[in-house]
Amino acid sequence: MALSADLSMIWALMRRGLNELLRVPGATIPGVLAPTIFLLGLTSVFGKLTDLSGFGTDSYMSFLIPVSLLQGAAFTGAATGVNLARDIEQGWFDRLLVSPAPRSVLLAGMMLSASLRALLPMTVLLGVGLALGVKFPGAGGLALSIFFVAGFAGVAAGWGSTLAIHFKTQTAAPLMQAGIFMAVLFTTSYAPQELLTGWLQEVARYNPVTQIIEAVRQGFVGGEITWAGTWPGVAALAGLLALLWLLSLREIRRATY
Amino acid sequence: MNPSYLQRLAQSTRVVGALGRRSITQAFRRPQYLAPVLLFPSLFLAVNTGGAGRATEIAAFPDVNGFLDFELAGAMMQATMLAGVSGGIALALDIEIGFSDRLLAAPISRAAIVIGRLAATAALGVLAAVWFLAVGFVFGAEIEAGVVGVLLILLLTPFIAAAFGAVTAAIALKSGRASVVQGIFPLVFVILFLSSAFFPSNLLLQPARSISDWNPLSLIADGLREPIVYGLAAEPLLRCLLGIAIIGGLGTILSAWAMRSRLRAGAV
Repeated sequence: MALSADLSMIWALMRRGLNELLRVPGATIPGVLAPTIFLLGLTSVFGKLTDLSGFGTDSYMSFLIPVSLLQGAAFTGAATGVNLARDIEQGWFDRLLVSPAPRSVLLAGMMLSASLRALLPMTVLLGVGLALGVKFPGAGGLALSIFFVAGFAGVAAGWGSTLAIHFKTQTAAPLMQAGIFMAVLFTTSYAPQELLTGWLQEVARYNPVTQIIEAVRQGFVGGEITWAGTWPGVAALAGLLALLWLLSLREIRRATY
Repeated sequence: MNPSYLQRLAQSTRVVGALGRRSITQAFRRPQYLAPVLLFPSLFLAVNTGGAGRATEIAAFPDVNGFLDFELAGAMMQATMLAGVSGGIALALDIEIGFSDRLLAAPISRAAIVIGRLAATAALGVLAAVWFLAVGFVFGAEIEAGVVGVLLILLLTPFIAAAFGAVTAAIALKSGRASVVQGIFPLVFVILFLSSAFFPSNLLLQPARSISDWNPLSLIADGLREPIVYGLAAEPLLRCLLGIAIIGGLGTILSAWAMRSRLRAGAV
């Protein structure tokens, strides 16, 4: 009975998040536009990096598209944090807190809502990419991309929610966006690990998002999807989700308004 | 010279000075104006140099000391453009709160109102140059033109920032809304990607390569890069000044038109 009520609450919060797509369509533009600009722009600028020995592919856009997919998920997740900060400022979140719903259910609703919404920028980016010659990753690669994009949007929503509940203001938005933006870019985003230089080579090696990008990249570059190439990404995603879940749950439990 | 003309000039100079002081104080008091100008280009510089640093090994890449040296001009360009956006937002906020209306009703030159605002943008341009030169020195960049090159960069960046500021001022005057000026933020990246700011023009992929050849930002980026990676040369400097004149001239024309259209619409 309790489980059924929890699931209904999660679904209601997810529907509320989806309603925003229909009622405030302009709010989805940054999540779609920014990664698309980066995909097209960075491909134009750094496309010749594929001439470097050991790059592994001659299509820079195919190499870059997993980064853009995760950027789309990151911006969508961060937007969930900004929306939560708005709800806190306007007092709507207080009403949720006095409802009998467990805190964990409120968080789950927001994070899953972000996971679902992230499929919109993903669809647009894949459409643009495939139209411009990105290699189709196959059914397996596509399923893997959906899994990681949805999961990473949950991570970003967890990050955004933690900050939103902590600072209780929309002015924390740049911190939400810049933090997750750095997490995605300080990886093997521009070039394979062995071609990175200086400090970025070390940061990318230990940044768990690198494993997620490499897992998604399997379908677009190389073609063969293997468990050996996938499990580090799954482990990194699970670890990040668990960490952000605990942090945001800690914040929401400490929250007093 | 006509004394009344001199009096008007002196009055306009005082107004520009007063409005300039106000806008500079405002810009440095509010970290939300400063942060994007330095934070985003710094992050981008870090990722570009670490991620694409091996680009110097590409056969057609120009002979440079390091990729950081090459990228510094791009980071400065990005920062000065964002300083322009920041200035446009501040002007739009002045319009939203009615401060500009009071200035427009005062017996002062209309141009002084915009030029006063551009003073803060130019100051942010200098700050950006100082910041990225310092970052460059800390991380091992070399300025081939030496002290004269540093001075030249410090001289050029406020004009570059003011030229971009004139364009965003036109948008602010026309729309009167900060959110509209804020909305051009992604365009900064688009325009920069379509220039030689981050990578040599000859190595860009099409169609960016062809567009970059006609983009005045390439003139500015190449001119700003010259003292860093090669040394002092007259031609790139003149081309840089031409690029600034094109952007600044366009901004001035558009600002004048937007101001006239605002006054004609009775926004005072």
